[in-house]
Amino acid sequence: MKFAVPIRALLGVAALWAGIAQADVTLLNVAYDVTREFYKDINAAFIERWQKTTGERIAIEQSHGGSSKQAMSVASGLEADVVTMNQATDIDLLARSGVVAQDWRKRFPYDSAPYTSTTVFLVRKGNPKNIRDWDDLTKPGIAVIVPNPKVTGNGRYTYLAAWGYAIKKGGDEAAARDFVTRLFRNVPVRDGGGRGATTTFTQRGMGDVLVTFENEAVLIERELGTGQFDVVYPSISVRAEAPVAVVDKVVDKKGTRKQAQAYLEFLYSPEGQEIVARHFYRPRLDAVMQRHAGQFKPIQLFTIDEVFGGWAKAQQAHFADGGMLDQIMVNR
Amino acid sequence: MSGAVVSHWVVHSHRFETNAATREPAWVKRLLIAIALAFFALFLLLPLATVFAEALRRGWVVYFAALTEPDARSAIKLTLLVAAIAVPLNLVFGVAAAWAVAKFNFRGKQLLTTLIDLPFSVSPVVAGLMYVLLFGSQGWFGAWLLQNDFKIIFAMPGLVLATVFVTVPFIARELIPLMEAQGREDEEAAVVLGASGWQIFWHVTLPNIKWGLLYGVILCNARAMGEFGAVSVVSGHIRGRTNTMPLYVEILYNEYNFAAAFAVASLLALLALLTLVVKSVVEWRGQQQLSADQEAT
Repeated sequence: MKFAVPIRALLGVAALWAGIAQADVTLLNVAYDVTREFYKDINAAFIERWQKTTGERIAIEQSHGGSSKQAMSVASGLEADVVTMNQATDIDLLARSGVVAQDWRKRFPYDSAPYTSTTVFLVRKGNPKNIRDWDDLTKPGIAVIVPNPKVTGNGRYTYLAAWGYAIKKGGDEAAARDFVTRLFRNVPVRDGGGRGATTTFTQRGMGDVLVTFENEAVLIERELGTGQFDVVYPSISVRAEAPVAVVDKVVDKKGTRKQAQAYLEFLYSPEGQEIVARHFYRPRLDAVMQRHAGQFKPIQLFTIDEVFGGWAKAQQAHFADGGMLDQIMVNR
Repeated sequence: MSGAVVSHWVVHSHRFETNAATREPAWVKRLLIAIALAFFALFLLLPLATVFAEALRRGWVVYFAALTEPDARSAIKLTLLVAAIAVPLNLVFGVAAAWAVAKFNFRGKQLLTTLIDLPFSVSPVVAGLMYVLLFGSQGWFGAWLLQNDFKIIFAMPGLVLATVFVTVPFIARELIPLMEAQGREDEEAAVVLGASGWQIFWHVTLPNIKWGLLYGVILCNARAMGEFGAVSVVSGHIRGRTNTMPLYVEILYNEYNFAAAFAVASLLALLALLTLVVKSVVEWRGQQQLSADQEAT
């Protein structure tokens, strides 16, 4: 047996390893699944801006995964300087486990959500099933693809959007429950992630309509399945707010609070908001919104606070074990 | 060991074929071969071909760009590094465990053999979670690790631990039957002739188990590089730092970056094919040695 070879190989690999250039400061941004391209642009712009204003070289590492899974990792010790999620419940979890400040919502403008999106429909080219609004999703014979609301932020927004639509149409809770039950009767599979659902619809060709975030739907319509799909805006939908937070426990230990704070503030700057809009997320700054007005259809949007009294209540009433979602799934 | 099995097979089938009484009708033989080959083509070759076809669909330039991108390079390096640490660890453990089980009698021997098999029966995801529960910041050793600034999960050590766990059985499992079959006579003879413990190991035991050991190492390495579930839980998915190749493939696929996903997947497949070739050579050499031994005796 020659043992010299693996040892030499090991040393070689280690040497390559050490060759990676070191920045002055490194931040880790733990983000949800589908924001890689977005943060690639944000990071490049921020790194340049930071070097110009402070002279410090900064590097930003990214981790992407399902929103709740990512939050669990940070709670278990993944050393994120900042977390950028797609729903407040995931950051609430971190606040409960003590790694993020209790009042994280008040640390940045707009409840710490620098951009929003909404839930829309993606249908096959020419809209053969003539799907125009939420009512059409409950019709018999329509197959609706939705990521699993039990485990994905995307699916939860879809569920809450449908519920809110029924309420906004003048229905009471019983009517809303009936409406959502009929909608989920039309869901043949429930994928565990937003991208899983997209793949089911676009690659495996299942379903008549995919209900997903606007940015995701527009991305598919324009860049991935050009000429194969159309985006349909319902009359009313939910305002999906993507919250961010500094992970206090980590930045205090690493001494990176200043950089982490500036990084998240950059998302609110005109430059950051422009990148937001370029990736089909809805910016907060009016000036930027105006410039991209053609790209965002002005539909009626309601917030989770307005219809459900906040994420904590929505989570408790609808998505907890034995909650409304479980009951609906059993009875559908 | 498997070399021995193969050679027995050949002998048996040869005897069956030449004897008219035991020979199967020709159509049965052809049908069975056809079914086996069709199954093989449909479920193994076709998907494998798809991986390479998809990887190269947008040309060699895109293919190589995907593999030389910094994140991809770091995933490849990390995968090789993790395997380069995990496999030698399991080599030492595998030989020690096989030696103990095959050559000694002791209380709890049955328990040890059962424990070696444990990673086969535990789901890799559960294996990963165990390490999070042990070393996570809210886990048993979490507070202490945090105080002393040791990083285990969401860093290299966690990836190595998870990989070692899922690959523990491969080398030991390969060696135990081989060493049991060989018995202790050779070593006893060496002792009688005055050899020391190390001399026995290097000059008697190791040459005897050489091919089985190598075979186990190859299997162990293949699994170490391809492991997904356990490392997924402990990785933290930091791009360019803690993403191994299988994790990187999933991320690329979820980002609609199909060409790059398949390019990295094809590299993993190539490593697996390379492993298969080396494995066949090892098997062949092992068989050669076996027949040489049989001629000698």
